[in-house]
Amino acid sequence: MLFSPSIMALVLVSATVSLLILMAAAFALQVTLRWDIHSGSERQLQLERRTYLISTIVAYSFTAELVALLLFIYNAEQMSSQFVGAMCATGVLNINEFGWPTLYLKMAVFFAGAVWLMLNYADNRAYDYPLIKIKYGLLLLIAPLVVAELLVQVSYFSALDPDIITSCCGSLFTPEGEGVAAEVSGVEPATALYALAGSGVSILITGGWFLVRGRGAVAFAALNSIGFFVALIAIVSMIALYVYEHPHHHCPFCILKGGHEFIGYYLYIPLFLSTAFGLGAGVIAPFAKYPSLQQIIKADSRRYVTAALMLMLCFYLVAGFAVGTSSLTMMEVWW
Amino acid sequence: MKSFFLKQRYLIDFTLSSLLRRSGKNIGLLLVYTLIVFMLASVMLFTHALRNEAGHVLAESPEIILQRMIAGRHDLIPGGYLEKIGQVRGVMEKHGRLWGYFFDPAIKANYTLMVPRDRSLGEGEIVVGAGIARTRGVGIGDILSFRSADSRTFSFRVMDILQSDSELVSSDLILLSEAQFRDFFGIPEGFYTDLVLRVRNPKELRTIAEKLTLKLPDTRPILRDEIMRTYDSIFSWRQGIVFILMAGAILAFVIFAWDKASGLSAEERKEIGILKAIGWETADVIRMKFWEGFIISISAFLLGYLLAYLHVFYASAGLFESVLKGWAVLYPEFQPIPYIDGLQVATLFFFTVFPYTVATIIPIWRAAITDPDTVMR
Repeated sequence: MLFSPSIMALVLVSATVSLLILMAAAFALQVTLRWDIHSGSERQLQLERRTYLISTIVAYSFTAELVALLLFIYNAEQMSSQFVGAMCATGVLNINEFGWPTLYLKMAVFFAGAVWLMLNYADNRAYDYPLIKIKYGLLLLIAPLVVAELLVQVSYFSALDPDIITSCCGSLFTPEGEGVAAEVSGVEPATALYALAGSGVSILITGGWFLVRGRGAVAFAALNSIGFFVALIAIVSMIALYVYEHPHHHCPFCILKGGHEFIGYYLYIPLFLSTAFGLGAGVIAPFAKYPSLQQIIKADSRRYVTAALMLMLCFYLVAGFAVGTSSLTMMEVWW
Repeated sequence: MKSFFLKQRYLIDFTLSSLLRRSGKNIGLLLVYTLIVFMLASVMLFTHALRNEAGHVLAESPEIILQRMIAGRHDLIPGGYLEKIGQVRGVMEKHGRLWGYFFDPAIKANYTLMVPRDRSLGEGEIVVGAGIARTRGVGIGDILSFRSADSRTFSFRVMDILQSDSELVSSDLILLSEAQFRDFFGIPEGFYTDLVLRVRNPKELRTIAEKLTLKLPDTRPILRDEIMRTYDSIFSWRQGIVFILMAGAILAFVIFAWDKASGLSAEERKEIGILKAIGWETADVIRMKFWEGFIISISAFLLGYLLAYLHVFYASAGLFESVLKGWAVLYPEFQPIPYIDGLQVATLFFFTVFPYTVATIIPIWRAAITDPDTVMR
């Protein structure tokens, strides 16, 4: 175990958030079993009051998780100087088998949390809380995810051994290797570019359609999620290469380094936020059938779709800027 | 969207005036909070500065140092080893170094004596580091006398004082000529303290080190990268230890914050009751309290960080210096280079603002759900 302050901070956050979410989950169980909006009993009154506490706790927890996700990646990036063979976050995540799962779980918690908060925000403004059982049921599903994240993260950090020689991004993200990273690196840049353009256009069309007609939010969310993965593949297969100005360096983490003007953060942050808003819009849209929620959800999902579109546009602009201003020319080779 | 921002603005406005009305209570909290941030931030900024300094110092050092080992101890290395190494591909330059330590009973401190390669010194001439000049009170032209290994007295004239950007390494340094060095320590001709090799391509370092251990089995190569990695780990480890020691303080602060937030005065209760009676909802009260916590946190954080910045970069971190740097008689004085790192700020945030926020959630909620009629009665 490395006693670095950032690691301690990350563990502290995960542990506290797990504790808070478990508390919220215990309450969620009570709600799913005993909630009765028409009852005027003491218990119902208590439950109603407690929903305020739980909303606040969950909102704070997920905000902390979001910052922790950024800190986790940034910390991995910084620690690469302490491990033999690591040149960026890839090497540090590769040190043991828990590195990548920690990252994936953190991402999953981020998306789940964002969706839950959007659902909660809509539901809290309806006078009869029509989604209360659904959202607390969902919270019961998210709680194990948060706890799993804590456990996997602790296993990861406690097994960090500076003596281990890890492999750097150059050996993982190479088309000749095996595994997902190699597969993704092996995607032809042209294919990735067409896929990226195609997904961008389809997101724009469904988003526009929703804004005009007020329909198709689920399709928008689905396309946005697919677009998220397409964008990740495109970063590994093509965009990163233009950032590094090197036709064989596929690493998705080195772009976060100061040497590349931290351009990775400008790519990933809009992309993640856009996907979160898109997912939120898709998840809340079906609940417009409740009369008390109709207006609220209509307004909310319009706002979320607009936000998702704007952020996606940011991502495409930054990616375009990275490719456009790069000195790497692959005109005869790739295109 | 606009109405949302306006609402928050009015809430902040209201919160600020209500904070000012109870300034006595809040200033106490702010002071403790600022102190916690100040202590943690000082440790972080200072260790980071030390790490940077170490990096600067090592940046110019040779890529590979080769030491001869006898019975597991570092020993003098024969110059003949340079020929034995012969031509290794990738090595740009190799030469022997002469350096050693000398204990000066006059001030009970250890000096580092070294033969410089870029400077030629004559018989009886030395150049000393600023730390030695300070402690022994010598200037250029003064004489320093030392007793050698075989009990002869050597007198040296100080020709120059090292004014290095990095006093951390040159503070206890004495430079002298090769002949004087050998005579003083009794090191026979043809022997060196260690050998250094310069390598241009960092990717070849490991292979070269491997070749060296095969050719010269009684030596150990030390790579600069390894030293750097060790420094990096050691400094972050020391910082971690200090943080763990401070965990008690953070915990006390959390309890203090919890207590402050839950111990609402009758007047505050009445205020919340009136607010609710005139139409504020529970969520509004929570929001107001959130802004209250936010304002206190951000003020304490900025104030504490600013004080830590001044403490570390302008007062040389007087409070923590000996713990984090180690100590010695000839202590180098150095001005750390000001630097703020995003990772540090985020970590610090999680050690201070996050625990404070979590500790106040439940008390805030308790306050917010109070019934107007019970408190106003």
